[in-house]
Amino acid sequence: MSNAPITSRSTASSSAADIQPGANPRELRCSGPWLLRSVAQIEVRIDACLKEMPLPDGGELLIDAQAVTSLDTSGAWLLHRTRRDLEQGRYQVRFVGLRPEFEALLRLIATRTASATHVPQSEPGVLNRIGGKAWESLQGAFGLLSFLGANAIALVRELLQPRRIRWKSILYNLQTAGVAALPITGLLAFLLGIVIAYQGAEQLSRVGANIYIADLVGLSMVRELSPLITAIIIAGRSGSAYAAQIATMKVTEEVDALRTIGIGPLDLLVLPKVFALVIALPLLTVYTDIMGILGGMVMARAQLDVGYATFIDRLDEAVSLTSFLIGIGKAPVFAAIIALVGCYQGFQVSGSAESVGQQTTRSVVQAIFLVILADALFSIAFSWLGI
Amino acid sequence: MSADDDNAVIAEPVIEIRGLNTSFGDAVVHRDVSLEVRRGEIFALVGGSGCGKSTMLREIIMLQQPVSGSIRVFGSEVVGLSDEQALPFRRRWGVMFERGALFSSLTVTENVALVIREHTDLDPELAGEMAALKIALAGLPADAGRKYPSELSGGMRKRAALARALALDPELLLLDEPTAGLDPLSAVGIDELVRNLRDALGLTIMMVTHDLDLLWRVADRVAVLGEGRILGVGTMQELARSDDATIREYFHGPRGRGAMEQAWNRK
Repeated sequence: MSNAPITSRSTASSSAADIQPGANPRELRCSGPWLLRSVAQIEVRIDACLKEMPLPDGGELLIDAQAVTSLDTSGAWLLHRTRRDLEQGRYQVRFVGLRPEFEALLRLIATRTASATHVPQSEPGVLNRIGGKAWESLQGAFGLLSFLGANAIALVRELLQPRRIRWKSILYNLQTAGVAALPITGLLAFLLGIVIAYQGAEQLSRVGANIYIADLVGLSMVRELSPLITAIIIAGRSGSAYAAQIATMKVTEEVDALRTIGIGPLDLLVLPKVFALVIALPLLTVYTDIMGILGGMVMARAQLDVGYATFIDRLDEAVSLTSFLIGIGKAPVFAAIIALVGCYQGFQVSGSAESVGQQTTRSVVQAIFLVILADALFSIAFSWLGI
Repeated sequence: MSADDDNAVIAEPVIEIRGLNTSFGDAVVHRDVSLEVRRGEIFALVGGSGCGKSTMLREIIMLQQPVSGSIRVFGSEVVGLSDEQALPFRRRWGVMFERGALFSSLTVTENVALVIREHTDLDPELAGEMAALKIALAGLPADAGRKYPSELSGGMRKRAALARALALDPELLLLDEPTAGLDPLSAVGIDELVRNLRDALGLTIMMVTHDLDLLWRVADRVAVLGEGRILGVGTMQELARSDDATIREYFHGPRGRGAMEQAWNRK
């Protein structure tokens, strides 16, 4: 029973909605339920009816709506539109037999929709879209640069007035981006150490150079892999969180609220994150260095019979202080990239829920891309310097 | 009020609430509440903040389950229905949320057309035309249809939300704070719109509101919710004469008196 129609406007007889030429050539006859669910077929019927009807030139037309059993706004709109179209064709249109409540509805539609027209949006062409994308990327690059500049200014201002540095916020970010990331970064570095040692063991044992496993694991972890893997995990973990947090705050106008209170959004939302990550990432990298080498040691003993003591002795000779510092030195640069890109993408949100997701994704992809690019540039620079 | 005379022959109830109990943990929100909304009337639910008005609305539209009690809509029980069973009900009512709840990644036209296309087999063109009609009915200018919700003012967003609620020509319209956060002029616009829609479409409208002007202008019957129960139900005139302390405070406070005097002056 729940679906039983109750209202007068939906007590539809089973007959379908229709419009037909009437008894005389100046008459149209409507019947049935003119409701939203049947507007598609009514529209077809209206076109057919007007085509098959030998319409006289001008003069008065009658629309007999006595047999209309129910009418909602959609049906009334079609009635109104038919009348409007006919009146544009120099006819005077009069409705007869329309129930008073339907007439009231039709009047409401007529007064409310004087300007209602649906203009379908045109799709842009291929060239247009390519140009649009190119322009967008260019603007994105400039945007990131100017964001960097704005942050540099804010940073200088904070350094001149150290009172303005938000220590509490920095400590909080150190906790969430640094301490809380210890388990996952440690585990992944340990596993990475195992994988490298396992791959190396095969080759080294063939030439009987088992002891060089310490060189392989130590150098690759400390110089390259450990800073990189840590940066990538943090980009996925914290960069995305920064973007989503700032994007949501922007959508809910919290960023504007900060501005009106007189707190610079960069001072509160961006710089503490950058500071915290620039401190946390090198520390995390030291930690992942250790965890990765531990993984390699475990594997070296299991596969190559290189004991822990031998391994550590060899490590001392293999990994120079320079290598270690190069690895650690890259981390602050990576940290700045991750934090700035994450925050920048957050500020680029356009106000919809979908765009929050888009910017978050973009922050991670861009941060990882830029981190790897920076790493490559470091390698080139170091090989030039001969380090 | 003239609408009261029309209801002299008591119409069948569209919403019928019996013995409703709701609580969140230890906090009791509704204690054995019973309520009836009749066909064709504009029914308003009022009460202080946090008294469970919106909760009741959410229970009627099956977004929340009461602890016990019965809620009948269009003559059938809605408590404990599955999503599939709820679908026929959801097609017959339109809901407007307090903050609009428009889909932010769609334009206004797309917001309305989404509902129409989901429940009918209209082609995109005709669905777009129907959406434009509802947008015009809600009193928005034609170019508002192409805008995204974030580009609209608060009042326009409310109207767009109303347009979406009207998308399927519902029999029952549930409005949560239709005028909250609007300037007086826009609020009057919404008043008139609500009354026009009821008169022209024969809608039943249930709203939750704080707006005393709206109550005096359009509500046929009003229920006052407080202390977990219904403190009084009736026309505004009846409630204004009530002896209940909370109701008196509500209607005879400084703001209530102003709205009442205005209402009397209009007569």
